[in-house]
Formats: sequence, structure tokens, C-alpha cells
Amino acid sequence: MCPPNRTPTEQEVHGRRGRPITDHDANEINRVEELAYDLKVREVMTADVRTANPEMPLSKVLDILRTNRISGLPVVEDDKLVGVLSLEDIVRALQKNDLSAPTGQYMTREAVTVASYESIVEAIRTFTERQLGRLPVIDENQNLVGMITKGDITRGILVALQKDYKIEEVRRYRASHLFEDIISDRTTLVLRYTIKAGDFTQGGQASSYIKRALLRLGADPQITRRCSIAVYEAEMNLIIHTTNGGILKLEVEPHRITMSTSDDGPGMADTEIVFQPGYSTATEHVREMGFGAGMGLVNMKRCVDEIKLESAVGKGSKLVMRIFIPDQTVGVSRNGKNDEPSTNH
Amino acid sequence: MNLQQIIDQLNLTVLTEPRDFASLTPVGGYSSDLLSCVMAGAKKGFVWTTLQAHLNIVAVAALTEVVAVIITENAQPDAASIDKANAQGVVLLSTSQRTYEINGKLWELGIRN
Repeated sequence: MCPPNRTPTEQEVHGRRGRPITDHDANEINRVEELAYDLKVREVMTADVRTANPEMPLSKVLDILRTNRISGLPVVEDDKLVGVLSLEDIVRALQKNDLSAPTGQYMTREAVTVASYESIVEAIRTFTERQLGRLPVIDENQNLVGMITKGDITRGILVALQKDYKIEEVRRYRASHLFEDIISDRTTLVLRYTIKAGDFTQGGQASSYIKRALLRLGADPQITRRCSIAVYEAEMNLIIHTTNGGILKLEVEPHRITMSTSDDGPGMADTEIVFQPGYSTATEHVREMGFGAGMGLVNMKRCVDEIKLESAVGKGSKLVMRIFIPDQTVGVSRNGKNDEPSTNH
Repeated sequence: MNLQQIIDQLNLTVLTEPRDFASLTPVGGYSSDLLSCVMAGAKKGFVWTTLQAHLNIVAVAALTEVVAVIITENAQPDAASIDKANAQGVVLLSTSQRTYEINGKLWELGIRN
């Protein structure tokens, strides 16, 4: 048992991480394991508990057990837990025909308990080790504050999982209604990311933020995939080829998604040749990491409906890509357009 | 054929945090060391075999939502890559075998898309 003056855990200071989970996560045991540590005993226990006191005659306790259909009671004196009384203890008294005896005489002192501030994993451990089905819960001052059963733990985990789902659902719902809730002649959501030159450690980060944003906005998964590929290639180009990095911008409108990058150099003389499959100016170092296939702009072109590249040596480049969404709604796949970019290398 | 069976049969080393691999079933496979090709060719639920072990495979794996990356010929991702993979829910597996051998075995096991 922890001493009352322990340092608070990280979770107690910062609160439970309300991490939204994906459908994928929900299938995994990891989250449940995580919850076993995240959830505290006091969050899942039953606080409204029947108790006995040491002076109470056993016959009265038996009545309480019978009417509440339970098999044991914590025994409390001045709010402090002093023992537990189980049906077995009552059977012992019955054998001696001693049901008028006070509870204190037959109860089990030194009760096995769990502290309210512990993780439920602690309670699970105790259940397993002691082969018990229910445990009294005490606080820092040894006061009885509740009871916990295995059922409470299962219920607590299920409720927490459901809560995680709801948080993501609500986020998704709110975001997907953005364009309906805000009325204007033309609503555009603009996401802007600053991409640093040569920063391979962050490569793909902006693209994954964009992917998540589009899914939350309710975009069709195929359209999201096309955007992700196009935007990843564009992001990597800023990292690999620019002098000072650049800006990656996503503009979402109900009828189209515009992805663009702009940088201030070095720029290129020929904006046609870069669309040739296999054409690459990547250095050996970059190729070693798996870039420089010469497929970047080819991929982008396949994924979008419109692509425009302007560049001037010494000035920089500007790339604009668009995907059009029919029906004026984010979330509908474009008809007649091959959703999956084909691959033929 | 689920991922746990593949890990067992191909004797792969799990580099990232253990998970319930039996619940993951690859729907196909893709092989390339060129990330642009992987972006275009690897689909959601595929296994990706490569001898790249650089940090950027994690971003590509996350964006394409491949079920696992099998890194061949004992190429070793660094600790930062493994951390990032764990944070993004990407499964990294490793083997001393060549990409060619692994692909052959995956094909034998019925991963033929």
C-alpha cells in the first residue's frame, strides 16, 4: 500500500490522456492494457456501500446480506475499516449457535484492501493473487470509501473505451458539419505548414496532419488517399530540393481541395522534364534513403485533377494541385475518376 | 493468414511494441526501396518489404496504412525510428533474409495481391 504522502503520479497531475482512438486501435488489446493503468480504482468502484459496525449482532448482518444479495460486508468504526465479515464467518457463528454475538467477534481483521488512488491493475493483481471477488477500497487515511468487484473493472474499461470513441466521433461530427454550419458565399478552410529544408526527421508529418484533418472533415477515404500521396510528395520535395524550405498549404472548399507549395529557391529551368518518370536530380545521399525515384511529380499528377508548376531559377517554385469534388460536398468520391493511382514500375 | 502466423512462419523479429498480431490480416504485399513507388503502390492493409531502415519509412507506412513493414537483410532502424513507429502505430519487423526470399515465402503463404 502506498504511504499517504507519496508524490502524485504523472496521470494525477496531468489527468487521463483523452487520446482519441481510431477503429484500428479499438481492436487492439493495447488500449485496454493502457486503461488498466490509466483508470483509478476510485473511478470504477461502487461508492455507495453497505457496512456493518463491530457492535452489530450477526443476525442483523445476515439480514443485510440476505436483502442485498451479497456475500460479505466491510466492518467500519468511525469511518475506518476495521475488518470484513463474510458468509463464512457467519457459518462459523451458526455452528456455535452464536448469531447474537457482535460482528467484531467473528469478523476477519487485517482485511485485504486496495487504495482508491491505485490503478485498477493493482486491484486486478490482488484479485488474482488472493482469489477474491470483491475488495474494500480505502483512501489515504484508511477510511472506507467504497467496494470494487471484477464486474466494476470490466464496466469501467468498457465505459472508458466508449468515451474514447465518442470523443473522436464528436470531433468528426463537428468537423464534417463545418461547411454546413458556417454560412458564407464561399467558405474555405486553410491549413498552412512550414516545411524546413533537409529536415528528414519531420518528413511526412504535415501530410499525416492533413490526412487526419480530411478524414475528420468527412472526406471520402479514396479522395483522402489521393490527397495524402500528392501532399506527401510535395512535402518531401520541399525538404529535399529547396534552399530554405517552404510553405505547404491545403485549402478545403466544399467543391474542391487545393494543395500548394511555394519556396524561394533554387527553382528550375525546365518545368516539363520533371514530369518524366524517372527524372531526378536527387543527390546520392538522398537516394540512399529511398528518395529520388524520379516519381514524385508523376505520382502527384496521377492523384490530382489539375496540376500547375511554375518556377524560375534563382527565384523559386510554386506548385498548385487541385482535386474537384462533385455534389458540392466533401465526402463524395469523384465519379469517373480512377481513385487508385495506377502503378507501372 | 494473420500477421502472427507470418511472423512465426518467416521467423521475423518484432522491433516495435508487441500487439495482437493475430487480429491483423494482410490483404496483399508490395516491395520497393523507393518511397515514391511505395506511396503509389502500397495499399491499406498490405505488408511492405524493403531494405530501407531509415526514419522516413515510418511516415510512408503510416500514410499508406500498411499493416507491417518487413525490413530485410538485417537493416536496422535506429531508436528514433522505432519510437516514431510506436507513436504512429506502425509495425516494424526485421529479418536477415533477402527481400526476394521473403516475398517468395509470403507468396507461398497465400499473400498474392
